[in-house]
Amino acid sequence: MDDTDRAIINALQGGFPISDHPFAEAAQKLGIHEQELIERIARLRADNVLTRFGPLYHAERLGGGLCLCAMEVPADRFDEVAATVNAFPEVAHNYERAHRLNMWFVLATERPEMIHHVIGQMERRTGLKVYAVPKIEEFFVGLRFEA
Amino acid sequence: MIAPPLDPIDRAIVIATQAGLPLTPQPYHEIGGEVGIPAEEVMARMRRLQETGVIRRIGVVPNHYALGYKANGMTVWDIRDDAVGELGRRLGALDFISHCYQRPRHLPVWPYNLFAMVHARTHQEVEDKVAEMAALLGDASRGHEILYSTRILKKTGMRIGEG
Repeated sequence: MDDTDRAIINALQGGFPISDHPFAEAAQKLGIHEQELIERIARLRADNVLTRFGPLYHAERLGGGLCLCAMEVPADRFDEVAATVNAFPEVAHNYERAHRLNMWFVLATERPEMIHHVIGQMERRTGLKVYAVPKIEEFFVGLRFEA
Repeated sequence: MIAPPLDPIDRAIVIATQAGLPLTPQPYHEIGGEVGIPAEEVMARMRRLQETGVIRRIGVVPNHYALGYKANGMTVWDIRDDAVGELGRRLGALDFISHCYQRPRHLPVWPYNLFAMVHARTHQEVEDKVAEMAALLGDASRGHEILYSTRILKKTGMRIGEG
């Protein structure tokens, strides 16, 4: 990663234009050419420095359900339970965390009422309790990272 | 502004863009081709989705691990219910917090009702920030913990309309 890559990451975590030639517009502000910006974003994406490039959607405003969940998984069953949980397409991401509740994942469903159905299936398949902690109120979302 | 429900064309645009924008000079033209509508309509609809908050933002999403933010602490707090709204807003305003939510407790296993994600380069840095948060919360906080992520088990992001 060089200074231009860093400048791209710092400048483009939002505000990418909606226009006929958005890369040309964004590139001009960074003092580089359109094609260079496209190539650098493609490379940063391929190197997994960027997890994605494009619009970030607000799940609930798309009409879907979103719910953070936690499980207390016995250490000797962790990988097996992770595989079972991850096999649900509704699991958007899943993290191991150092706590008695050691597995934390987000469910995203097409309709809000599908959340409890997915949780029920998950509890039956794993034999473990799933603690649902849906958001009650959102105070802030949207840190920008400094590269 | 309240977001009106998505019509089938909005939905097609979401499905065409949720994994990312095409890396071509005219990405909205390409999406228009895919969805079967003119580029101008793609852009007008995406601008409206942005104004109504259905699109939070458009741009690059860095892998924070790759940028050196290896200490990711989910800080959780047991806050008096009558104070959680005001204090949630104050925590959310701190510049090192990426998400801040009120969530339900599950007593006795889980007494925490306020969640705030702290991203830093080291655990020490997270702990310094947590001390700052604890000072801000004062007596209204009856206890807190930091849950560090130790492994990413899955990260595909949200998807609609597939399967």
